Amino acid sequence: MTAPLLQLAGVTAYYGSIAALKGVDLEVGAGEIVTLIGANGAGKSTLMMTIFGSPQARDGSITYDGQDITRVPTHEIARLKIAQSPEGRRIFPRMSVLENLKMGAAINGFAHFDEDLGRVFGIFPRLKERAQQRGGTLSGGEQQMLAIARALMSRPRLLMLDEPSLGLAPLVAKQIFSVVKELNERDGLTVFLVEQNAYHALKLAHRGYVMVNGRITLSGGGRELLEKPEVRAAYLEGGR
Amino acid sequence: MTAPLASPLPHALKDAAITALIAFGLAAPMMGLVTVQVGGDLALEQHWDRVAWAVGIVFVGRLILNLTLWRPGRVRTKLAVSPKLEARLMKLARWLAPAAVVIAIALPFLPGIERYQIDLGILVLTYVMLGWGLNIVVGLAGLLDLGYVAFYAVGAYSYALLAQYFGLSFWLCLPLAGLLAAFWGVLLGFPVLRLRGDYLAIVTLAFGEIIRIVLLNWYWFTGGPNGITNVPRPSFFGIADFVSGKDGFAAMFGLKFSGLHRIIFLYYLILALALITNYVVIRLRRLPIGRAWEALREDEIACRSLGVNTVNTKLTAFALGAMFAGFAGSFFATRQGFISPESFTFIESALILAIVVLGGMGSQFGVAIAALVMIGGFELFREFKDYRMIVFGLVMVLIMVWRPRGLVSSRTPSVFLKEKKAISGALVQEGHG
Repeated sequence: MTAPLLQLAGVTAYYGSIAALKGVDLEVGAGEIVTLIGANGAGKSTLMMTIFGSPQARDGSITYDGQDITRVPTHEIARLKIAQSPEGRRIFPRMSVLENLKMGAAINGFAHFDEDLGRVFGIFPRLKERAQQRGGTLSGGEQQMLAIARALMSRPRLLMLDEPSLGLAPLVAKQIFSVVKELNERDGLTVFLVEQNAYHALKLAHRGYVMVNGRITLSGGGRELLEKPEVRAAYLEGGR
Repeated sequence: MTAPLASPLPHALKDAAITALIAFGLAAPMMGLVTVQVGGDLALEQHWDRVAWAVGIVFVGRLILNLTLWRPGRVRTKLAVSPKLEARLMKLARWLAPAAVVIAIALPFLPGIERYQIDLGILVLTYVMLGWGLNIVVGLAGLLDLGYVAFYAVGAYSYALLAQYFGLSFWLCLPLAGLLAAFWGVLLGFPVLRLRGDYLAIVTLAFGEIIRIVLLNWYWFTGGPNGITNVPRPSFFGIADFVSGKDGFAAMFGLKFSGLHRIIFLYYLILALALITNYVVIRLRRLPIGRAWEALREDEIACRSLGVNTVNTKLTAFALGAMFAGFAGSFFATRQGFISPESFTFIESALILAIVVLGGMGSQFGVAIAALVMIGGFELFREFKDYRMIVFGLVMVLIMVWRPRGLVSSRTPSVFLKEKKAISGALVQEGHG
């Protein structure tokens, strides 16, 4: 097997003196969809932010495409063709949809802005209709689309999504997931997906990790994890 | 209305009486009793007539309001400007800005314009320029700066000191003052990079005071509280001075000498400086750096994860904002001919910030209007003396109630698919105001 695109080894992270990640090992291979599931406060979002360098990992190493990025500042990590749709979407509410997208393309210097714009408008036609509207006036689902579209504008190799289904109607969430699947299958985009919605995430992903209290407790194929009684009990039936 | 309402009078009377009672409680000790000095002792003087007046006004006013505006069941007409009207106003505004520039250019030659009006124009334009400069920091980058006057002071003292010690001319010092102010902007920027909102405001406030106190106490160098007198007046682009005589500006251009020439020249100088500031800010807004400023204002974490170097972005905002204050400062020094730390107190920072906030953060046109209203209004209410601050506060409160996002709250996007379309502020309330 070739070296994975993203590899974490023994990563720990702290908020002050509180350990949020207690030694995480994780791999995302090129072309894979990998999901990380876990309860509230398990450290999922922290892990994603740690990969992006804020907070930086205290111990362990994060390697991306053969390069150690453990100590690289956040804005430079973004230039390595890793894009992120952060938790809570974090779009720019008072800027227009188009301006939001332009911010996403800033990294590669707007080299192929029009082409990329056409592409994301093709994926999310709703955004084209609302191109001049302020980001903050979009519905939750549209804002999520915008966050993903903005991330795609930099032509990433690895797309990291933090809870894209949060607060969305089931139908809209489904739509978002099918877009992710399509991007992966058609364009070979590698996706790292952090989700609470364990059922959908595991169904979509090639592989999955389960996080409890800052540690990875289970890993395996997406469908395989879905069958495991402990996963079912904790994240599927338990949640209903 | 369906059911006829009972007469509102008893309720209105009762309410007005209660309010009058409160007014009495407040007015009796504050207005009714005045301490006066009788010989060596303090004595109480009683003014119950004043109290009666205050209570009477409150009672009648409240009663009238209760019977008219606050009448129960009254269908409230919305105070806000309707979207249609707003759209029309926006169209008008597109013509208004160039029209304002034309009027500003023609001002010194309009009939009825005398030295006082031109002086006032210079003052207003100085604040317009300062407002536009601070708009970069506060309006675009969203960094609340309460010490902006420090850079104004740096600019003013740069010119005054360079002229005093090295005899450098205004035209050489103008860019130098801008550069020095920008340098101090970066210097302030570094320690506050990690701060936001309230914390940033406190540190910038302290910075403004530090600069002023240093200027005040560095006696042998800056002259301390005595300031610097005889700051050289600007020449006509280094060609001629504004003096009577053979080599003067008037003689060179075949005009009759008049003291007004210099004033008019100063007016055009600050107008040009302000317009340059405006042009630069408008251009920057459409460039990636300007968009990065605005994105930074909205969400710093998202910015970083999109590859924006937030350190550089913040520092450029501080530096550029400070630079324009530096230009304005050196202009101030050359216009006044005298500077002292007195001119650079916190109230100046507050005034400039008020101009930016009242104008609508990020809106260039709004800032210009606000500067005109604030500075011009301040002059207009000169007769009211002590009361003008009250009038002023009242106007500010009213503007903020009427237009919480400032006079011009719409924001024109910097990127377009086909045509320009401003998004009205009133239409898009997402609660991040």
